[in-house]
Amino acid sequence: MTSQTHAMLDEATAVLLTPGGLDLAALDAGLGHAMGPGIDYADLYFQRSWHEGWVLEDGEVKEASYNIDGGVGVRALAGEKTGFAYSNQITADALAETGRTAAGIVRHGDRLGVAPGVAMGSQARYAGVDPLTGLSAEDKIAMLKLADRVARAADPAVSQVSASLTGVHEVVLVRASDGTLAADIRPLVRFNVSVIAVRNGRRERGSAGGGGRYAMQRLRDENVAERYAKEAVRQALVNLEAVDAPAGQMPVVLGPGWPGILLHEAVGHGLEGDFNRKGSSAFAGRIGQRVASPGVTVVDDATLADRRGSLSVDDEGTPGQSTTLIEDGILTGYMQDKVNARLMGMAPTGNARRESFAHLPMPRMTNTYMRAGHDDPADILKSVRRGIYAVSFGGGQVDITSGKFVFSASEAYLIEDGRITAPVKGATLIGNGPEAMGRVSMIGHDMELDTGIGVCGKEGQGVPVGVGQPTLKLDELTVGGTQS
Amino acid sequence: MTQAFDAAAQQTLLESRARMALDLARRLGADACEVGASVDQGVGVSVREGEVETVELSRDQGIAVTVYVGQRKGSASSSDAGEASVRAVVEKALAIARHTGEDPASGLADARLMATELPDLDVHHPWPLSIDEATDLALRCESAGRGIAGIKSSDGASLSSGEGVRVYANSHGFLGSQCGSRHSLSCMLIAEDENGMQRDYDFTSARAPRDLAAAEAVGESAARRTLQRLGGRRPATGRMPVLFDPSLASGLVGHLMSAIAGGALYRQASFLCDRLNAPLFPDWFSLGERPMEVGAMASSPFDGDGVQTRDNVFVRDGRLASYMLSAYSARRLGLETTGNAGGARNLRITAPLESREALLARMGRGVLVTELMGQGVNGVTGDYSRGAAGFWVEGGKIQHPVEEFTIAGNLETMFKGLIGIGDDIDTRGSIHTGSWLVDEMMVAGG
Repeated sequence: MTSQTHAMLDEATAVLLTPGGLDLAALDAGLGHAMGPGIDYADLYFQRSWHEGWVLEDGEVKEASYNIDGGVGVRALAGEKTGFAYSNQITADALAETGRTAAGIVRHGDRLGVAPGVAMGSQARYAGVDPLTGLSAEDKIAMLKLADRVARAADPAVSQVSASLTGVHEVVLVRASDGTLAADIRPLVRFNVSVIAVRNGRRERGSAGGGGRYAMQRLRDENVAERYAKEAVRQALVNLEAVDAPAGQMPVVLGPGWPGILLHEAVGHGLEGDFNRKGSSAFAGRIGQRVASPGVTVVDDATLADRRGSLSVDDEGTPGQSTTLIEDGILTGYMQDKVNARLMGMAPTGNARRESFAHLPMPRMTNTYMRAGHDDPADILKSVRRGIYAVSFGGGQVDITSGKFVFSASEAYLIEDGRITAPVKGATLIGNGPEAMGRVSMIGHDMELDTGIGVCGKEGQGVPVGVGQPTLKLDELTVGGTQS
Repeated sequence: MTQAFDAAAQQTLLESRARMALDLARRLGADACEVGASVDQGVGVSVREGEVETVELSRDQGIAVTVYVGQRKGSASSSDAGEASVRAVVEKALAIARHTGEDPASGLADARLMATELPDLDVHHPWPLSIDEATDLALRCESAGRGIAGIKSSDGASLSSGEGVRVYANSHGFLGSQCGSRHSLSCMLIAEDENGMQRDYDFTSARAPRDLAAAEAVGESAARRTLQRLGGRRPATGRMPVLFDPSLASGLVGHLMSAIAGGALYRQASFLCDRLNAPLFPDWFSLGERPMEVGAMASSPFDGDGVQTRDNVFVRDGRLASYMLSAYSARRLGLETTGNAGGARNLRITAPLESREALLARMGRGVLVTELMGQGVNGVTGDYSRGAAGFWVEGGKIQHPVEEFTIAGNLETMFKGLIGIGDDIDTRGSIHTGSWLVDEMMVAGG
């Protein structure tokens, strides 16, 4: 156990347990309530978070908000059954009540003991800082006003600018009946700029943003206010020129970075352990089989330093890992939490995540990306006679059972005879995950991660994620434009 | 429910916390203040393949305070409505208000607009349901679905039941509170053929348990919907009429409401800026809200500003008759609030209605869309492009399922091109509408 792990546990104890009169030793008794007859595993998840948001509109920061959230979630498992209860009070009484409630999922069977808590050393993937301190309120407001000035100065067509700066300071502690004891301090910050540009009666939006697990100062040091303001204006101006998108099947080239949302939707969700245990995923039972073109290697990596989707430990206390999902086109692994891993006879992969103490953990993605290939991005574009080049996306969705997925372009261009020509209006692209991955024919050497803006939703729970990929060519995908 | 929930006691407690926050804010220097507080409690049981999978007991509370110092504003909230937390939240909101900029439009709604008519709208129907009874209902639902020939497996059935109290109070002296309940039962099933697996679901949702559909009916319907999807192909690419299933037509109403919401309008982020009184729909189409409808999903006598709600008409005889405004967005636009802080309540359409068969016959050749995927709706331009699944229609009759295609157009054109509404009204949500037949959209498939 490292001194860093000690320090993290001490801080989590002070923040989460001490105010309610608890200490680490008291958690054994707390877990005991959840380990009722027939329960084979139980865990306690303590969380406290502070969220701050500053919003600029009309050149002025007129609105700011602050939210304090926290409590304990208690989960009791018996085979495939899960009992769950939570409380926003972290006291011995609350642990007893929620523990007994969660354990009520079964009413008979053996009473198993609680293994002594052992703090496992895990490597920190980000600094355990409070990102809300460090910059003064004046500094934060100055950043937002800078974004406004830069955006308005960039082009006279810019008519509206909004910018936001948000930060979350989160402290979690996990204690499970198998002896797990882990703590994490997770900073998360984000800066966003959105503009409306108007020209000749036409109105379009552009937006840009990013962030990660670090202090707000870094956003200022990296001058994101100016960069994202310029980027948002550039995108709005491009969209002012956009023509109607074509409709039908055609080759699609995806730019590097954020278009990696393709992987998140087309393969990522389908490789989450719960769907595969239940057999409801189009990828169920296909480990060892070819599910993508040769050269396609997809990883889910929680260990990337300071990234939005990174985790030092997951929400079950398992250290974050890098898991290869697809290697050279062959399906090699699923993303697992403890429950699904145990039921499938596999190892947990550090992918257990939950929106908060009031939600059950599930296998979720962290940072999901495709490794670089060998093609020159310019050659990839040159290879397309008529198709679409999409560089930014709004969001996506997948039906993991049929494999159908969509993602919606927010900045895209026509490719004609190997050259990028006119920008086209946003269009939804639709495909079938395994089929689409088999149509990847060229992979660029320009792998990029996104700037840190992703939120993934699953069963109503949102968690921050990252995506990435190199420039990529799919030989055929359905483009949902309006022109035949 | 298994946890005791004394709604009346919770209501009294939250009201006292709200008053405490208002008093404290005034003493600490706020010129005006508003408070929202809520407590919700519920149980959720899910079963899969005949076994209980999860039992979740939830109890959430929250308090949110906004203070005004002159024209400056600060907001803070917490998931704990205890006394210590209320104090911390008020202090934090005031601290924020020292830094925010002056906003001439900020402040509470006018005192004269505060709701005075606060009837009981009969939206609180708690369900004294044990975990065993909840489990039994979910199992019966799933079993009815799994029993239909061709269903391969189940993705589960879930029953959830919850009730809660919400309070809104402000320094005009207004205090409104309402207890409410919501119960739902859903089922998702999987079928498989040589082309792969398909899944679909159905659900029932209501304020009162007696208004829920029978558990077996939900399971059987989920099974039918799932089986109908097997053998889906891609439709031909081309322009054709599109019939939107009622659950999706309500989404089109939602896009309209987002575009006439004050926040989108004053930010110029709507394709319907400056379009008041313009013809948007055919002249036989009107749309309004019924916030005081007894027992309905979104009923409330007061809005998120404490303003008395009223029967607004948003579209009258095809023309945009009113925007949807809160006190703040109204001030930004130089208009009066429409009592819509927090959105519209119980939207209802007035139009001649036709049977599904008549609409299909009128469509002739096109697609009936039963599922939409993705977020391809641009509220600034009205551009619309979404993934879809449904059925191919030819000769006015459903021919076979279709999948993996997109439908695209522009909301303004789609609203103008609305040529019929079905009598198959979906009453499960707060927007009630039947199917919508739109004359022409671009379908991109094979």
